[in-house]
Amino acid sequence: MSRHLLSAADLDHAAAVHVLDVAEEMAATQRREIKKLPTLRGRTVVNLFFEDSTRTRTSFEAAAKRLSADVINFSAKGSSVSKGESLKDTALTLQAMGADAVVIRHPASGAPHRLARAGWTRGSVVNAGDGTHEHPTQALLDAFTIRRHLRADGAPTGSGTAAGPGSATGRDLDGLRVTIVGDVLHSRVARSNVLLLHTLGAHVTLVAPPTLLPVGIGGWPCEVSHDLDGALRDGAPDAVMMLRVQRERMSTAGGGFFPSAREYSRRYGLSAARLRLLPEHTIVMHPGPMNRGLEISADAADSPRSTIVEQVGNGVAVRMAVLYLLLAGDLGGRA
Amino acid sequence: MTSAAQGAPGAPDSGTTALPGARVLLESGDIHRALTRIAHELLEANKGPHDLILLGIPTRGVPLAQRLARRIADADGAEVPTGSLDVTMYRDDLRRHPTRTLLPTELPPGGLDDRIVVLVDDVLYSGRTIRAALDAVSDLGRPRAVRLAVLVDRGHRELPIRADHVGKNLPTSSAERVSVLLAETDGRDAVLLSSPATGGAA
Repeated sequence: MSRHLLSAADLDHAAAVHVLDVAEEMAATQRREIKKLPTLRGRTVVNLFFEDSTRTRTSFEAAAKRLSADVINFSAKGSSVSKGESLKDTALTLQAMGADAVVIRHPASGAPHRLARAGWTRGSVVNAGDGTHEHPTQALLDAFTIRRHLRADGAPTGSGTAAGPGSATGRDLDGLRVTIVGDVLHSRVARSNVLLLHTLGAHVTLVAPPTLLPVGIGGWPCEVSHDLDGALRDGAPDAVMMLRVQRERMSTAGGGFFPSAREYSRRYGLSAARLRLLPEHTIVMHPGPMNRGLEISADAADSPRSTIVEQVGNGVAVRMAVLYLLLAGDLGGRA
Repeated sequence: MTSAAQGAPGAPDSGTTALPGARVLLESGDIHRALTRIAHELLEANKGPHDLILLGIPTRGVPLAQRLARRIADADGAEVPTGSLDVTMYRDDLRRHPTRTLLPTELPPGGLDDRIVVLVDDVLYSGRTIRAALDAVSDLGRPRAVRLAVLVDRGHRELPIRADHVGKNLPTSSAERVSVLLAETDGRDAVLLSSPATGGAA
């Protein structure tokens, strides 16, 4: 792993499998009574959040604290950023505080790249979501969840017992079919997942209305469909990932991207009827937060196939792995 | 358990390959006899197999712990539970080395509380691995006692740590390199000593 994690494309096949394997061991430590490890004692991790987030920020915070790092949370609201401070000056301030890693979420695509490349900080930069660009740790936790459910040997493992379902260790997602449905245009989760899942050998199909697909989608390593029923019935996916409709990035209710919430839900929502089209082993995923009744029905969200709550727990293990791999090595890491 | 390109993730002084020009210090039969003796010592010191747990430190401590359990079963007929204890995340030298691969920690059912935990490793050198192991054990439970069994003690301690049971004391120079090979991980049993002049830099 290089010094920063900015894009899911930073990880080649071996590196991606390695992160998932380390995450598996991290998850095992989180089933113990004492969950805290001394690994990153004396290191400082700054959570630099210019955009609202509950689960990603708390997930990174929990991950850093479980590894004994000191955590400084910095959110744009109520900070000097609301007084007009630039990213550069904020970064220099944090550098002066001695940040070993900066976990950044920013509404502008590319902000983490700027922070990593401009020399404003000596620490590692982890992209926790930038604009509509990338969210690599979300893709890693999704891949981790898929691997645990569909690549662990023997019986499908729901709960981690004793040694845990560690039998997925070392494996990739070769040949698995993953269907990602919804607002791809505004989704950094979709882009990172397409890149990472493709690296790991999975077949990815994106399903969305034409208005919610970005320009240049033809170059992505995936298939594209506009017909959800067809994709579920004929594609026989092993995992279905529903994306959140990002209303805050649209002007009005549908923002001109679709005629009405009701029509979107009817054509692209995961209803109880569509749930029944899926093969028995298929898992249902959602990066959260969900718009229940819009992109996902309560039947799907609360069904036994749903991994949505589990994804949150896996997020901590995956982020522990990322922080460990970026920070535990020799100073500066292997660039 | 093959690790990444960084070499053995366990004890820093257990090499993965037999270096050319290395001198054989212990043969397969020597290792067998040493383990048999340690197994009897463990039973004697503990007045039987009660409450014993053997925890191997990866990589090579794990098969050694399993072999000791078999010797104890041969001698006493008792099943002693074994497990593995990865100490990577407790090491104090993480910042000075490339990231180490994590290996599984597997505890026997019932945990460590009020048991006699025997840590098993291949080589005792600086003592830092055992220091890390003691920290890891205290996070996992509260054993009644912790003991240490090693196949080779090569001296050069940097911490006040000693082994309770030693297969072989091997006074070495710190420039030399001790490599433990086991059938389970390396295809054959041997303890090798290579000096920098003949074996290349460690």
